[in-house]
Amino acid sequence: MPSHDVLIIGAGLAGQRAALAAAQQGASVAIISKVHPVRSHSVAAAGGINAALNPEDSWESHAFDTVKGSDYLGDQDAIEIMTREAPEEILWLEHSGVTFHRNETGHLGTRAFGGASQARTYYVADITGHAILHVLYEQLMKHHELVDRYEEWFTTDLLIDEGRCVGAVGRDLRDGRLEVFNAKGVILATGGAGQAYEPTTNGLIVTGDGISLAYRVGAKLMDMEMIQYHPTTLAGNGLLITEGARGEGAQLFNARGERFMEKYAPNKLELASRDVVSRAEQTEINEGRGFPDGTVALDITKVPRKRTLEALREIVNIGRDFAGVDITREPIHIRPGMHYIMGGVKTDVEGETTIPGLYAAGEVACVSVHGGNRLGANSLLDTLIFGRRAGEHLAKRAAQMPMPSTAASRTRDTERRLEQILRRPGNGRRIGAIKHELGQTMNQFVAVFRDAEGLAKAHEIVHRLKEEAVDAGIDDKGSVFNQDLIAAIELGYMLDVAECIVVAAQERKESRGAQFRLDFPSRNDDQWLKHIDLSRDGGPEPRVSYSEVTITRWQPEERTY
Amino acid sequence: MPEYTLRIRRFDPASGEAAYWDEHTVEMGAKQSVLDALLKVKDDTDGSIGIRCSCQQAICGSCGVRMNGKPGLACNTHLEEAAARVHGVGWNPDTEGEATSEVITVEPMGNMPVIRDLIVDMDEVHWKKIQRVTPWLINKEPVPEREYIVPHDAMVDVTQTMACIQCGACVSDCLAMEVDPLFIGPAGLAKAYRFVGDPRDADKFERLNDLAQDPHGIYDCTHCFNCIDACPKGVDPMSQIMRLRRIAGADEHIEDPNNGHRHEQAFTTLVRDYGLLHEAELLPRSYGGDSWFSKFHPAAGRELLSSLPSIVAAVIRGKVSPKLAIFGHKIPKDGLAEVKQIYEKVEGRGERLELNLYVTGYEDEPEPVGAGAREPAPEASAPATEERATATENEEPQ
Repeated sequence: MPSHDVLIIGAGLAGQRAALAAAQQGASVAIISKVHPVRSHSVAAAGGINAALNPEDSWESHAFDTVKGSDYLGDQDAIEIMTREAPEEILWLEHSGVTFHRNETGHLGTRAFGGASQARTYYVADITGHAILHVLYEQLMKHHELVDRYEEWFTTDLLIDEGRCVGAVGRDLRDGRLEVFNAKGVILATGGAGQAYEPTTNGLIVTGDGISLAYRVGAKLMDMEMIQYHPTTLAGNGLLITEGARGEGAQLFNARGERFMEKYAPNKLELASRDVVSRAEQTEINEGRGFPDGTVALDITKVPRKRTLEALREIVNIGRDFAGVDITREPIHIRPGMHYIMGGVKTDVEGETTIPGLYAAGEVACVSVHGGNRLGANSLLDTLIFGRRAGEHLAKRAAQMPMPSTAASRTRDTERRLEQILRRPGNGRRIGAIKHELGQTMNQFVAVFRDAEGLAKAHEIVHRLKEEAVDAGIDDKGSVFNQDLIAAIELGYMLDVAECIVVAAQERKESRGAQFRLDFPSRNDDQWLKHIDLSRDGGPEPRVSYSEVTITRWQPEERTY
Repeated sequence: MPEYTLRIRRFDPASGEAAYWDEHTVEMGAKQSVLDALLKVKDDTDGSIGIRCSCQQAICGSCGVRMNGKPGLACNTHLEEAAARVHGVGWNPDTEGEATSEVITVEPMGNMPVIRDLIVDMDEVHWKKIQRVTPWLINKEPVPEREYIVPHDAMVDVTQTMACIQCGACVSDCLAMEVDPLFIGPAGLAKAYRFVGDPRDADKFERLNDLAQDPHGIYDCTHCFNCIDACPKGVDPMSQIMRLRRIAGADEHIEDPNNGHRHEQAFTTLVRDYGLLHEAELLPRSYGGDSWFSKFHPAAGRELLSSLPSIVAAVIRGKVSPKLAIFGHKIPKDGLAEVKQIYEKVEGRGERLELNLYVTGYEDEPEPVGAGAREPAPEASAPATEERATATENEEPQ
């Protein structure tokens, strides 16, 4: 039975960063991932990573932009930590090998990004997440003696002993074998839950595993209603066109050829925060000024062609392969699309959740640095800063703890559950059908604009789908790479997350950040300047409670761009 | 909507059965991807088909497979494109050799063991080869307090190799690896260039020397272009291998026991001198260099002896005639002068011209009408871009 000081679940940026940090503290570390680490969805992060590294910039400015972007729901102590530590993290990445693009003088170059008062986004063309993820994996290969990698292992359960998290149960996808991973503490780094929506910019693996795993063992979730719709996604398949395009000068037009952002954000225009731009686009589309395919146009031809080839190469490929459009020659049709969940497993600034020994970092977590709306290029920063902090904190604490002795037989419950899935009679609905209905429901009713009626409808549907999922049939009874079995478990994870999103969105009776309620169209600081926490206490519904927003130096004010 | 039949190569080691073909027909748009079709079949009919996939936008590198014989990502290969390929190397007894208009065979990638269905063991081959090239930055000392100050162009240059998504498509169809499984291969060597080309790396010479000395290193590539065809990201692994050779040989003057560098030099000097390859002189020059005395290099004799079967086969198949091979091909005098001029021009350049996706774009990317040269300066292209943009804007309102 593998025993480690630190067990990390998920090997995207947060997980790999946590592993390297914990190993550097001298802890024994294991990292489990259901996919090979470089397939993790951090790879799709395109535009860049924010830091106030230029001498003319300041962390205070970065922090204020983040607070304002969050529509004052972000916790300012956590935001201070993130923005203060950002410059050092960028330099650590640079020294580790990330090929950040330079400016004319050979220093690190920046590009403009949404909601930022300075150009402080560091980047590698438009493959920044990819470049950082691959470089962290280079470091994991370099330090292979310090970090044990369990690649293509799927986590089925967290193990709790007397209220503490003491490990997890994993299934080796190669042969179906279950194993108890014994650990002094566990860091969840499993990313978001985009697949609960359809379409989404998120990959098929992004199924809310960690959020659900933590929720099932009683951890609190926070800000779950805050779902980011990215302003520029492709109409048909929801693929992402990076905000970097607008950062480089691309503009938005409606079908009448009007640069409509002039109306909604006269100062920042296309570079207002994402919730603002997405709402503006959706308003244009809803009021009949969009194209017949329910889109508006993003004109990247405003960016010099040479610059596009060098700095936006990936979206040139995406335009060509997935929309049949040469973005260097003509505008591309886009619309808001589900992209990111600001909420997640509630943690403190060291990454610890409300369950002792259980940590979370990255998109799975909610510290909360993003509050009601995340600024572009702040998520890579979030994963790295809080991944590192969680890794260091747990490693230090583990140094003073005995290794728990979890019985290897703790796989039995899991085994029984998996066998039940395998033995389902097969007369239920298909997993794919349930998943599609879930995704379409969420995208219809829990999207850019919401109201009580739609949310109630979504609630009802999610409940029905939960029941249907219990006997959804599976075709594969095998042990080697049984993806059908994994899909059945993932469906359960997504339904948990979807339910929490809907319940939180119903609860918040105001409009703030990404939550816009048509029936409560304004922000209400008197009643709703607070986080909504959800937890499971055995009942059929998530239990709602509230927690304070930490405000240090920036009092809420009206938000305009 | 058009109909496509997917012929999927299935294999489950736990079943005890041999691999077999499994057919599913789907109705889907021609511009939808092979992965879309596979996922539809999984959703609607058979959830047991094994394929790794995630991002569906050609960035995670999971879904490398062979489609009608050609390796690539299932997610960015359109159904019509895959179907239009004349069936290639895939084993397909019923339709072998025929042009298949709507049947798409989907097989696991080559050169790697199959785990299940379309899932191959990349750890066993691909990742081992990546690890072979010391795949991490070895920092130039002293490590600066802030960032390394390096040219913008250098960082844009290595972005092309950084853009590799480790999908394994190039490894799948590497011919040299088929013959020599120990060949480091296209992905590993492209990864190596990412460090050799990185001005922050301290071990440029050691890396190049290592890869030149290794009999399975840079000189093991046979120039077949398969990896360039296969790569879905424009990394062009073979071009990176050739760059490693040029830097190792021409810049760092590394001579190797594989005779790789001298062999390359023999090729280029022969073409310079004769205008065409002079087969009889190739071996002696490869061993002894560009001198009359070299013709008697003992190693050349040994190589000549061991190559006799190939030579005989080449003669029998008419690839070469004894007369031409021994006395050389003749081209007209002014032709030869032109060849020499080309050499003078290229060798007279201060800097080698390297094609790079991120710097110059694809070679075959068409320029807009009236935009002039293939690589317009930003100032030159800007007005054209402006004009076009305005025109499009005006067309859009209805």
